[in-house]
Amino acid sequence: MAKKTIAYIDAIREALREEMARDPKVIIMGEDVGLGQGAFTVTKGLYQEFGKDRVIDTPISEESIIGACVGLAMAGFRPVAEIMFNPFMALVMDPLINHAACYRYVSGGQVKVPMVIRTLVCQGRGAGHDHAPFYASWFMHIPCLRVIVPSTPYDAKGLLKTAIRDDYPCIFYEHIDFYPRKPNLGEIPEEEYLIPFGEADIKREGSDVTVVAILTGVKASLSAAEKLEKEEGISVEVIDPRTLAPLDKQTILNSVKKTGRLVVVETDFKTAGVGAEIAAMVVEEALEYLDAPVKRVATKDIPISFTNEKYILPDEQAIVKAVKELVLK
Amino acid sequence: MLEFKLLAMKKLNNYHPKSKVRVKNKNLIGGFNMEKEILIKIYQNIVLLRKLDEKLIELFTAGKLPGWIHPYVGQEAVVAGISPHVRKEDFFCATHRGRAFHVVKGTPLRSFVAELLGKKTGVNKGRAGEMHITNWEVYSTSSGIVGATFPMAVGFGLACKLEGGDRIVFCTFGDGASNRGTFHESLNMASVWKLPIVFICENNLYAQFTPSRLTTAVSDIAQRASAYNMPSKIVDGMDPIAVYEAVGEAVERARKREGPTLVECKTYRYHGHFYGDKWETYRSPEEVEAWKKRDPTVTFKERLLKEGVLTESLVKEIEGRIDSQIEDALKFAFESPEPSLEDIYEDL
Repeated sequence: MAKKTIAYIDAIREALREEMARDPKVIIMGEDVGLGQGAFTVTKGLYQEFGKDRVIDTPISEESIIGACVGLAMAGFRPVAEIMFNPFMALVMDPLINHAACYRYVSGGQVKVPMVIRTLVCQGRGAGHDHAPFYASWFMHIPCLRVIVPSTPYDAKGLLKTAIRDDYPCIFYEHIDFYPRKPNLGEIPEEEYLIPFGEADIKREGSDVTVVAILTGVKASLSAAEKLEKEEGISVEVIDPRTLAPLDKQTILNSVKKTGRLVVVETDFKTAGVGAEIAAMVVEEALEYLDAPVKRVATKDIPISFTNEKYILPDEQAIVKAVKELVLK
Repeated sequence: MLEFKLLAMKKLNNYHPKSKVRVKNKNLIGGFNMEKEILIKIYQNIVLLRKLDEKLIELFTAGKLPGWIHPYVGQEAVVAGISPHVRKEDFFCATHRGRAFHVVKGTPLRSFVAELLGKKTGVNKGRAGEMHITNWEVYSTSSGIVGATFPMAVGFGLACKLEGGDRIVFCTFGDGASNRGTFHESLNMASVWKLPIVFICENNLYAQFTPSRLTTAVSDIAQRASAYNMPSKIVDGMDPIAVYEAVGEAVERARKREGPTLVECKTYRYHGHFYGDKWETYRSPEEVEAWKKRDPTVTFKERLLKEGVLTESLVKEIEGRIDSQIEDALKFAFESPEPSLEDIYEDL
């Protein structure tokens, strides 16, 4: 199978372009997505290629953008909305939670609401409390939503294409650290491919401890794993679930049954976060295999400020520390 | 408060003077510039909506109807006046006071009443209840969240525009919904994108238990349309012909792809926000009685009888037919099974 090298940001654009070319019902809408090329140039060129009716520049009206996507989706279209920063999702909760997520079920299967919301995690840039945080557990909590967290160009393209074709509302997270091209190159097949939801990827095999990590946590965990192997002789298995809803419980459980130890790495706030759910799931289903308590490496429960990210966001050292505490105690 | 309401009614008479000149020709009937068929359709819908709600209230009071009920009694002239303009393929956004819309749009009475009773044979398998019905066979939907259907209407409007043709969107809402942020966002979008949407405000002067004058900066919701460069009209919502005519103009604009319109219908609900609320605490019995004097089931019937559109025997026939339709639907609904435990896993 022929392969090519692509940057994360270009992989996302390629997924959008391919799906728009394949299906005339795919519509992009959001603030600055057309003429403005997207706030971070993700949608560059699509307005010129597909026209203003399919790449729709909207007013600053987040709630109505997502509400309009619900209408479009019920009417048979497949809208892909851009919500510029993750915390802006607070503005779209009614159409998303009370409508998009529920209408298929409460209508008795009469309608489907296929839509994707692409949103950006902008941590580590001093963007502040209303631009920086990563909120994923909000949406894991809601039945019938898909929560997608790709950490490589390969995962980003394959999962975005699947999301656009999926019949449920999907929240698709991108991270600002993935946008610069040079550090975010990866191989993908030349030909079309899709990645099914609910299939975790074992990014590194190991036998002493399982680290479940998402987004920027994956790279940090892989680097921590290398260091731990070299310096302490600890063998770390790193699993990237890639989709939090649906969650590939089996791959995580199989790994924990092998290693007996679990660390969850994510940059959502710690309390009632992604790690809390994964830890609870493992405790519920595989307690007898655990040789040590579960560790959660996450953002401290303090509002993110202009300057405090270096103190509250988890980093590689935090992962190393958590693993050592579990294995060497 | 009563004085305020009476003033509002007086103002209405100025919007629609009774002296309006009406053209007569062989295709048209009596003093109406309308076809007989349409007039009878409007009348039938008024009777159907009134009788249906009265029956539901009777069941609710007897403890036979689960959930809550938000009666439409008093406001029938609005939906009945809209009804002749609505095609099967048009999108229709209803409100929590929305039962009437789905029936008029074409939802069969049987599956409709079964839904209200929470039965498996209901239009939404008993999952929606009175506030959340969606019947996608006729493209009608609703929401229990006040103001949530504005952006959905924008989405439907975009779909109509992208598809081509002359399909349009009807979006009904109450005066209270016009204070939601979605009203501002969505009417702006609809106007900027020239979407084929008819926004119909049923201004019944109260948002749940609170009089609009305490919460709303304008007494006419239609005034707000000017902020979106959108044409608007105010009509007497107790007069189905006034509603029919104003909505007709808006529908024509929408089908011709000339953009959205806001039609405000001044109307009134005789019962509380939900049946059984203590409406005496926020409005006077005199006020309710004053509006009841303009009841469309009486005034419109009298007009049609006077103009020879209806006869006493036709009235009797229509009422009898509707009574037996409702009875049939109730029988079907009561005999239908409730959703089972296995059913909860369907459509996931």
